[in-house]
Amino acid sequence: MGALQSSPGQPEYVDLKEKTGFSFSQIRVLHNRFKLLSHNGETLKRDHFNSIPDLACNPIRSQIIEAFFDRRNFRQNGEGPVDEIHFEEFLMVMSHFKAPSPRMIEERESVRREKLRFIFNMHDTDNDGTITLEEYRHVIDELLSLSEALEKDTAKGIADAAMLEVASTSMGHMEPDEFYEGITFEHFLKLLKGFEIELKMNVHFSMMDTPTFCK
Amino acid sequence: MPAKRDSHSPAGKSLPERGLLLLIVLVLLQGSVLPLGAASSPNTSRNDYVDNPQVKVGKSNYTKKAFPVLTLDYHHIQAPFEISLWILLASLMKLGFHLIPRLSGIVPESCLLITVGLLVGGLIKLAGEDVPPVLDSRLFFLCLLPPIILDAGYFLPIRPFMENLGTILMFAVVGTLWNAFFIGGLLYAVCQIQPANPSILHKIELLPCLLFGSIISAVDPVAVLAVFEEIHINELLHILVFGESLLNDAVTVVLYHLFEEYSGAGTVTVLDCFLGIISFLVVAIGGVLVGVIYGLLAAFTSRFTSHVRVIEPLFVFVYAYMAYLSAEVFHLSGIMALIACGATMRPYVEANISHKSHTTVKYFLKMWSSVSETLIFIFLGVATVDGPHHWNWTFVTVTVLLCLVSRVIGVVGLTYVINKFRIVKLTTKDQFIIAYGGLRGAIAFSLGFLLKKDLFPMREMFLTAIITVVFFTVFVQGMTIQPLVELLAVKKKQEAKRTINEEIHTQFLDHLLTGIEDICGHYGHHHWKDKLNRFNKKYVKKCLIAGERSKEPQLIAFYHKMEFKQAIEMVESGGGFKMPSAMPSTVSMQNIQPKKPPPAKPVEKAEKAPSQLPKGREEEIRKILRSNLQRTRLRLRSYNRHTLVADPFEDGFDDLLIKKQKMIELEKKIKDMNNYLTVPAAPPDSPTMCRARLSSGKDTDFKPAQQQKGNKTGPDPQSYRAKPESDSVPTIHVDLASPQSPDSVNVMDEFRRAGQQRGGERGEEDQGLMMRPHKTGEGADGKDPQKLTRCLSDPGPSADEEEDQPFLA
Repeated sequence: MGALQSSPGQPEYVDLKEKTGFSFSQIRVLHNRFKLLSHNGETLKRDHFNSIPDLACNPIRSQIIEAFFDRRNFRQNGEGPVDEIHFEEFLMVMSHFKAPSPRMIEERESVRREKLRFIFNMHDTDNDGTITLEEYRHVIDELLSLSEALEKDTAKGIADAAMLEVASTSMGHMEPDEFYEGITFEHFLKLLKGFEIELKMNVHFSMMDTPTFCK
Repeated sequence: MPAKRDSHSPAGKSLPERGLLLLIVLVLLQGSVLPLGAASSPNTSRNDYVDNPQVKVGKSNYTKKAFPVLTLDYHHIQAPFEISLWILLASLMKLGFHLIPRLSGIVPESCLLITVGLLVGGLIKLAGEDVPPVLDSRLFFLCLLPPIILDAGYFLPIRPFMENLGTILMFAVVGTLWNAFFIGGLLYAVCQIQPANPSILHKIELLPCLLFGSIISAVDPVAVLAVFEEIHINELLHILVFGESLLNDAVTVVLYHLFEEYSGAGTVTVLDCFLGIISFLVVAIGGVLVGVIYGLLAAFTSRFTSHVRVIEPLFVFVYAYMAYLSAEVFHLSGIMALIACGATMRPYVEANISHKSHTTVKYFLKMWSSVSETLIFIFLGVATVDGPHHWNWTFVTVTVLLCLVSRVIGVVGLTYVINKFRIVKLTTKDQFIIAYGGLRGAIAFSLGFLLKKDLFPMREMFLTAIITVVFFTVFVQGMTIQPLVELLAVKKKQEAKRTINEEIHTQFLDHLLTGIEDICGHYGHHHWKDKLNRFNKKYVKKCLIAGERSKEPQLIAFYHKMEFKQAIEMVESGGGFKMPSAMPSTVSMQNIQPKKPPPAKPVEKAEKAPSQLPKGREEEIRKILRSNLQRTRLRLRSYNRHTLVADPFEDGFDDLLIKKQKMIELEKKIKDMNNYLTVPAAPPDSPTMCRARLSSGKDTDFKPAQQQKGNKTGPDPQSYRAKPESDSVPTIHVDLASPQSPDSVNVMDEFRRAGQQRGGERGEEDQGLMMRPHKTGEGADGKDPQKLTRCLSDPGPSADEEEDQPFLA
């Protein structure tokens, strides 16, 4: 199946494998999925994601979709959104969800940074390097958006409480008239230090041989 | 440590030792009463029996004796008395061990308890009496085991359990099977060797060996709990070993019954094996089903208990126990039923029952399970002394050896297979701890005890071997696992409390991973979990949770729970707030709020919108505030629903009335918090909303906004200090101003400057119910103080500039 279609041959896979760390079979499976989603096109657009039925019930779907089109996640030191992505970028985004190999401490630390960076980018929608209170509130609003019984102020309260916690743990001492600009990446790291995200933020890519269909 | 103790006063030094002496005396007393009791009862009963016909016959010649002023009638209350004595002994032992500081660190409690049991048993034997058959299997399985399992099941951490369910099942089912057959088979082989001199071992056939293997192969939840609780190992390993010990019950039950059934027949056919597999599925799934049904019943019942809160805990216990008994009726796995029942009913019951009931359930479960566990270990010791023993060196040593070897091989082999499917692989260290943590305990012993003598002539030998293995695992492995954990630097349990950021990100991550899985088109773990959650939210919660809480999203529930917890802490601390010693942060709400445009003058504001505060009111407020500046402490004595004492510095009766009304309302809200009825949906009852409304002066619940300003009775930071002469009434300083308005900021500044000399001020904003932390003992890390103010943060100003705070110039 692979050879007949217009799929990248093995050499490109090798290149991708090195960049992302996926195995050949994983790349192949993901490529098939990519083709399915993009209706055999070369690029994937935002609309293509709408054809996934299960994603519709996800409260943070828009943020997830945005993450795919965010240059910061392409590991190319770019910034800003794009309108369509190629398979390579798709794979790059996916590679953030690979499980770390059980190896040395340093690698774990960098893996953790990388995953937390991904989440940070998802929160920081205006690309300014900090998560402001408004952005954080937006996150919580989205999270709670699916439940009918929502009052704005509890969400705000939660966001405020969370923000205050970050500020307290990161800044320690602030004058009353100082202003805490927003959560920087370093603060974010410190905040989620005990969260063990490198163990949690993983998707099982090896078992994906049976693609499900979308509309 | 000895040096430190020496430095104490002599009185302090001898107190624990005195306590210890007292304990020993008590133990000896009890040890002597029991045989006395055992001795006296047959006598008295015999006497009674003899007396009765005499009395009946000789009614006519009834001789009159002097009226007995004091009689001794022991056998009348013998059984409950002895039970109580045992429980008292167990509890005193538990107390005693903690009085000896060094001992509890070195030796795990279970070992000490077994030793005590041995001592007591020895004492009884010395007294020449029969040791009461304490570890009677019925008593054990029906009374002693259920509380421990229920406690474990109710507080089972569902998330890690479900995430590792595959691994746990592999270990429980395949691991136990492997252990049973390996041990049984090899034991039989060993027994058959040395054909030259036929020993007693040759008489043992294969099936009894396999039965023995199945009894001894099961990891025991009681022992695992007892030991692992003290070593505080990381959550993953804990749940793996513990989950395995719980779930292998089904395997043990099936194997036990299978081999017991066919030991008489002598052979097991393929059909029997096949039936055994079917039986296993029935036992396991049936047990879980029974548990789930009872759990749902309990949840449903708890929905209606809002008027009879007192018996709520009873439902939890009784339904769970019924689940256990119902499962036992059909020889299904009672343990799995209990676990399923507890785990199922917990989220719904907790949403329905009051806070007090929740505490009651928690404490009763912990209490019963603790007593049960202690009793089990003591009885193990006693039964060891008692039971008829048949020591056979070969058999026993081979058994112990085989247990260890088979466990290691089993764990290593299974991990190799499991790691292919796990995202986070199990390392060698993990495997070692899992293998080493496979402790055997009282269940194995009780099962052995159940064996019938006529079918199993080797019963005593089996029992001896079982006891030896149990002792070996509990003593040797139990004592050495702690140093080994330190040596291998195994990750320990994270002690930090759950913060709201972590909760947010847990949810966020769940949705994110589900989304990614959907994009990849892979129906993985997260996908199904998400589906289950949605099903739960849509249908199940509506049925089982009373009132508005059924719609509450988890994040909000968490947030309210934290708020509530801190409100309770605050009230319990009597309103006394000490400066948090760790991490004094002066970060407050205002620091994180986006800067507003330079504040318009209050006068302008008053012109902009119709002032809701009449002039007179404003004057009063100013007077009050000024007077507060002079006072070092000002508290509003409130929050005692019986006395609402007016603040002596308040002038203005209407102010008092308003305040009183405010207090009552607020207190009602807080009382409602008790019943988890502060739901976002309805006209919000949460204190945050309440405060928001009060401060923004927008709401219609209360009298017009003017009066709220009257409540700004000096948000004096100093007022949060505990007065030395403070009364018992806990106080909450209710400050209803919104901190966001620039005016209130100014006020704060004024106070801060005024109170600067009081040293070490925290320029913390007052926001509504300002609950400063009182450094509680439990888990209070540096974050705690922050959390109080955080979680009670004012929701902040509404975006619109309606805030009329024509406050101070």
